[in-house]
Amino acid sequence: MATAAIEIENLTKDYPFGFLHLKKKTSLEGLTMSVENGEVFGFLGPNGAGKSTTIKLLVGLIFPTAGTARILGKSISDISMHADIGYLPEQPYFYDYLTAAELLDYFARFHDLSAQERKLRVDRMLKKVGLETARKIQLRKYSKGMLQRVGLAQAILHDPKVVILDEPMSGLDPVGRREVRDIILELKQAGKTVLFSTHILSDAEMLCDRVGVIVGGKLRGVGAPDEIVGMKAQAMEILFEYAGAAAGLQCLLSKATQTGKRYHLQVAEGDLYATLQQLGSVGAKILSVTQVKATLEEYFMHLVEADRAQAPAVEVSGK
Amino acid sequence: MSRVGVVALNTFREAVRDRVLYNLVFFALVMIAASILVGQVSIGIEEMVIVTLGLSAISVIGLLIAVFIGVGLVSKEMDKRTLYALLAKPVRRWEFLLGKFGGLVLTLTVNTLAMAAGLFLALKLVKSSADILEASVLVAVYFIVLKLALVVALALLFSCFTTPLLSILYTAGLYIAGLFVTEMRNYQSETMSRALQTLLRWLSYLLPNFENFDVMAAAAHGRAIPRALIAQNTAYAAAYCAVLLGAAAAIFTRRNLK
Repeated sequence: MATAAIEIENLTKDYPFGFLHLKKKTSLEGLTMSVENGEVFGFLGPNGAGKSTTIKLLVGLIFPTAGTARILGKSISDISMHADIGYLPEQPYFYDYLTAAELLDYFARFHDLSAQERKLRVDRMLKKVGLETARKIQLRKYSKGMLQRVGLAQAILHDPKVVILDEPMSGLDPVGRREVRDIILELKQAGKTVLFSTHILSDAEMLCDRVGVIVGGKLRGVGAPDEIVGMKAQAMEILFEYAGAAAGLQCLLSKATQTGKRYHLQVAEGDLYATLQQLGSVGAKILSVTQVKATLEEYFMHLVEADRAQAPAVEVSGK
Repeated sequence: MSRVGVVALNTFREAVRDRVLYNLVFFALVMIAASILVGQVSIGIEEMVIVTLGLSAISVIGLLIAVFIGVGLVSKEMDKRTLYALLAKPVRRWEFLLGKFGGLVLTLTVNTLAMAAGLFLALKLVKSSADILEASVLVAVYFIVLKLALVVALALLFSCFTTPLLSILYTAGLYIAGLFVTEMRNYQSETMSRALQTLLRWLSYLLPNFENFDVMAAAAHGRAIPRALIAQNTAYAAAYCAVLLGAAAAIFTRRNLK
């Protein structure tokens, strides 16, 4: 049986706080999920949801309070696992006294590559991320977007099997975002596994085989983008014209969006027939009835709002 | 090259690019000025004055670099998050620490050797009848390097768990305390309780002994420095650094990088 590229079981991270560290804040609570080999997996969630915490746990920057995780079958505490992963930190910052070429060469040295191979790969990566002409400029003179590109280059420099990117589109202009999307697609075509966190839901919809939505430290949904949005109840949109008095349709019109004589009204699938009858009875002209396809963004917002409405998932409690 | 070596060379490169070695210009100016002035104000002891002045300057400049750069070795990398991408590579945290230590010690060694070369040049310029043993001056320079390595290890240890400001205070405090360990060990007082005297004695053994590295007087007066002391100081510095680096690694390998 093939092993998943990333397997996470009940991963939990608490941060102690307070003067004597007697209180704890749970950043991640019992996360269990897996990312299959060759899959592009999008990790979605609002700020402070636990996306970066999960990624930092996976790459060994922080240590779990409970739970385990494996990458390519190796425990995340096994240093040899790091040879097979590439990691782009959120808002990356690198040694600013180095040039891009020097930085990439420095990182390549940790992967036991020969001098010739290092040079080849550095040249290739700089070309791939569009920094060929800036290769000899010290990183202190780089813009945020350029640093993001260098970060991406160092993450994939050693041809890792699993690439973990924390907010790879952050700080990039539309051209840069497009280039990053292309690189992720190239990685997918090359059979690599990509896990990336993002706020930009359209990118996730476009790139991901599956997405996971994390809110308040808890995983709230995992699946293919079109499957996951299907989990939310569908709605129907009625477009109609109505020039009569508002009195007869007071209730419906107050829920509709008006553009001139035209109204857009969203109703639940079950209420469609009754609503159409009601509109017909007052002489409204029905122009169209369409099924509303929920977007990932709507699903995402639905989860975030539900989380805010309930008791907070991120618990702050004394020991 | 080993991963420790890769980190060490990059640390050295950082020091060079951040113009740390510019202090050599300042040292050169001090030595040139001293050579000219000393010749006029001292009669017959020019070399002694030059050696004392030169070794003091080498020591003070080295200490300033060791403390101020040493305390930032780890904390700066954590604050700027330059460490994140690095630790995702197949490099262990202790290898990173050892590399940072090695890099700064390499920087200080190059710096100290360059200053020592300046000192010997100044000695050549001031020709007098005083009998200076060049070997003793060289040993004094070697002891300064050992002392600086110990200071870097202290600074690195504090850098792993506290702020740079507190690290400076702790490192400087321990350095100053380490200059008085013999007095601490032999201190007798009617008013001091026996328990406190015992505690002081134990502390004097625990604190880094920086007194043993000071052979400036012997070097200035042309006295030979016993080989046993060279071996003892080398072993002491190596063992003490190993303990400090071990403690630093134990702390740092458990530390969450937020």
